[in-house]
Amino acid sequence: MKFDSIIIGGGLSGLVAGISLQSKGRRTLIVSAGQSALHFFSGSFELYNTDKSYQEALKGLDESHPYSKMGIERVLELASGVPAFFSQAGIKLLGSADCNHFRLTPMGVRKPAWLTLDGYVKIPSDGKFPYKNVTIANLEGFLDFHTEFIAAGLAEQGVNARICSVSLPELDYLRTNPTEMRSTNIARAVKGDVLGALAQKLSAAASGTEAILMPAVLGLESPQAAESLKARCDLPVEFVATLPPSVPGIRTQLMLRSYYQKIGGTYMLGDTVEEGLFEDDILKGIRTVNHADTVFEADSFVLASGSFFSRGVMASQEGVYEPIFGLDVDAPSDRGQWYQEKMFEAQPYMKFGVHTDKDFKVSVSGRTIGNVYAAGSVLSGFNAVKEGCGAGVSILTALDVAEKITR
Amino acid sequence: MNKEINTNENNFEQCIKCTICTVYCPVMAVNPDYPGPKQAGPDGERYRLKDPKFFDEALKYCMNCKRCEVACPSNVKIGDIIQKARLDYSSKKPGLREFALANTDLLGTVATTMAPIVNGTLKMGVVKSAMHGIIGVDKHRQFPSYSGQKFTTWFRKNAQSKQEEYSRFVTYFHGCYANYNYPKLAKDFVKIMNALGYGVHLMDKEKCCGVALISNGFKKKAAKQAATNLDCIREAVRRGEPVLGTSSTCAFTIRDEYEHILGMDNSDVRDSVMLATRFIFKLIDAGKAKLVFRDDYRRRIAYHTPCHMEKLGWSIYSTSLMKMIPGVDFVMMDSQCCGIAGTYGFKKENYPYSQKIGEGVFRQISEIQPDIVATDCETCKWQIEMSTGAHVENPITIIADALDVEATIAANK
Ligand SMILES: Cc1cc2nc3c(=O)[nH]c(=O)nc-3n(C[C@H](O)[C@H](O)[C@H](O)COP(=O)(O)OP(=O)(O)OC[C@H]3O[C@@H](n4cnc5c(N)ncnc54)[C@H](O)[C@@H]3O)c2cc1C
Ligand code: SF4
Ligand code: SF4
Repeated sequence: MKFDSIIIGGGLSGLVAGISLQSKGRRTLIVSAGQSALHFFSGSFELYNTDKSYQEALKGLDESHPYSKMGIERVLELASGVPAFFSQAGIKLLGSADCNHFRLTPMGVRKPAWLTLDGYVKIPSDGKFPYKNVTIANLEGFLDFHTEFIAAGLAEQGVNARICSVSLPELDYLRTNPTEMRSTNIARAVKGDVLGALAQKLSAAASGTEAILMPAVLGLESPQAAESLKARCDLPVEFVATLPPSVPGIRTQLMLRSYYQKIGGTYMLGDTVEEGLFEDDILKGIRTVNHADTVFEADSFVLASGSFFSRGVMASQEGVYEPIFGLDVDAPSDRGQWYQEKMFEAQPYMKFGVHTDKDFKVSVSGRTIGNVYAAGSVLSGFNAVKEGCGAGVSILTALDVAEKITR
Repeated sequence: MNKEINTNENNFEQCIKCTICTVYCPVMAVNPDYPGPKQAGPDGERYRLKDPKFFDEALKYCMNCKRCEVACPSNVKIGDIIQKARLDYSSKKPGLREFALANTDLLGTVATTMAPIVNGTLKMGVVKSAMHGIIGVDKHRQFPSYSGQKFTTWFRKNAQSKQEEYSRFVTYFHGCYANYNYPKLAKDFVKIMNALGYGVHLMDKEKCCGVALISNGFKKKAAKQAATNLDCIREAVRRGEPVLGTSSTCAFTIRDEYEHILGMDNSDVRDSVMLATRFIFKLIDAGKAKLVFRDDYRRRIAYHTPCHMEKLGWSIYSTSLMKMIPGVDFVMMDSQCCGIAGTYGFKKENYPYSQKIGEGVFRQISEIQPDIVATDCETCKWQIEMSTGAHVENPITIIADALDVEATIAANK
């Protein structure tokens, strides 16, 4: 079966590459082994952890960093187009391509952020929390949201918080089984008329304060539930990230996928790419577990198979490897150099990933494969956690690679 | 290159406790009595291995849809772990209802001979109430009607001798549904294969694939039937023929469940068992065959992906074929469970959940307003027809109806 481009991995990076290529008129296929890291999404995409402008901060990066390979100008140029790109799929993101604002973590801590999903608490770049008096409301029985931590975190920022918990009869049946009281099951139950009842209870509990902060558990398929709740409350409603799974993250995944399919892309979930068929340093086609002898051919390929979490790169006793094609990786063979003793220090293994040239082309035994590009967290050279650049690298390298393919 | 290191033959140790599977379990979303894939699967397995008394009878609520496996980023065989646990540890013996629902071919043989009576009887309120009360088959459920003549009977009388005029052959695994309830599907398959220049053979002793036996707790009987089927399949493969099916669940069961659940080695023939749409698409894609369609066929078709089709990953073949029909306005529906899961939705304790699970599918169909809903699974067809009134067909039937038979024969000479 022949496509123009095939993307391996259907998480944030693969979907951005797929949408970008498909909307440039390519016939594309995405193959994804399982669901993605977006299911743990905090509500904010990060570009780089800094209090300076991005322009300033990115200058100092090592030349092996994906941003350095792209060049700072290119990073910032692509970054400025990201909100418009996501809005095609109905996803509204707020933030700037110059510098960070802040998000509020489930632990009540303020963290730098690049783009925040509309609806979440967004603290402006000056760091001043937008309210002085808020109500933090949880849904009774929901254990993945810690109001006390958030209140304590807000107190440090000089914000008074009232804590309350509202009960909804529609959730009682979920509470009969505590492991059922998950964000996603709440999202399924709290919709339609239930939103009216919730709005009344929230408004009553929060009267006298300036805003309602509640867990981000509304709307698995579309942002409509959240909007409808806001419209019915007397006070502004702002969402705070919960512990996983992340309802807005799953929604983002579903909306990107459904937009990709709407513009004609083919998405195959639950299938693993097993091997590649090479001819003279060119990848001709791939084979997958489900399709056995069917070869999926394409002119170009994007490897967006994620990091260790998604098995895009793996580690064994013998070393770190890329499991599909056996691509060259950037990782020392000496296991002693993989870890730092102090757990919270930057861990060297976080930077391990697939080796690429300046155009993000991959290689096998030092020989560049002319038509295979890597994008997203499968790449080497960055520490998504310490540098706070996970989504930035995933989105921007995907856009960059898609442009390189179509150029 | 991807090596998994496990101490146990099922791979529950690969679970990284990410909870992603719980998001996509259709049952967990509607039934709080079900512990969900993570708890019922890899988490529970650790305990069960220590002591079988940790087995939880609530695992019976699992529909074996495998949507958890499709979602799991760590490749954990969650559905297999749960099904195996049910068969190996459950102390509940299957009853009369399970026997009736599981023995699709026994029931089919009896019902076909008495089709008019059986069809009428299954529609009668009294009978439905009695089944509801006494054996626990839900009274709201509409039964598929039985055909007066089995496909195999028709085939032997009307088609078998003509097949030898061809020089290339395929073997057809028709399954119970095409044989007893809807022979048109099987006849459509024969029509297409013949037009493409292939003769059709049946297996000597086809047995029900056994999916209903597995889900109703009859492991031994399922294994016996599987062994007979595998013998026949091996014979076909020795003749150089692929074994084609028109039901996604039969194909999935023979390819995957025989090995994963029943522990039978099918590796020598697994790749030869496939859905007809996959075989036909691959012929066309390789330039070895051509389908020519009538130019007066106009339909708006919405495709529903059955759970086992999602697991097989093969909807791309069925949908690509239907998209080749010039007059088709094609809409791909979101991949979600319709709620029936074979005999699951027939049981009175599951019926309300079953309908609730299907709500998303039903809603989407009413939004799309298709002329036909296409799907590769017969139980999805019952469920969708009963719950929405929509007209549902297998892609094979759609292709056969749109086919210009004479032109196709000519193009494949
Ligand atoms: C738990 C977690 C939480 C995070 N939270 C945030 C956050 O809130 N904000 C932020 O900015 N960044 C966050 N990050 C950083 C994250 O890496 C990026 O934001 C981004 O989501 C990664 O996208 P990706 O597409 O590169 O990889 P992934 O999302 O990991 O997707 C890779 C996909 O490839 C598939 N795949 C792998 N191998 C194969 C194969 N052989 N065949 C077919 N498919 C295959 C996988 O199944 C998976 O679906 C987080 C990372 C993790 C691990
Ligand atoms: S999705 Fe897979 S890895 Fe994650 S909890 Fe479920 S079984 Fe475990
Ligand atoms: S097989 Fe289906 S019903 Fe069973 S646990 Fe998995 S998703 Fe749930």
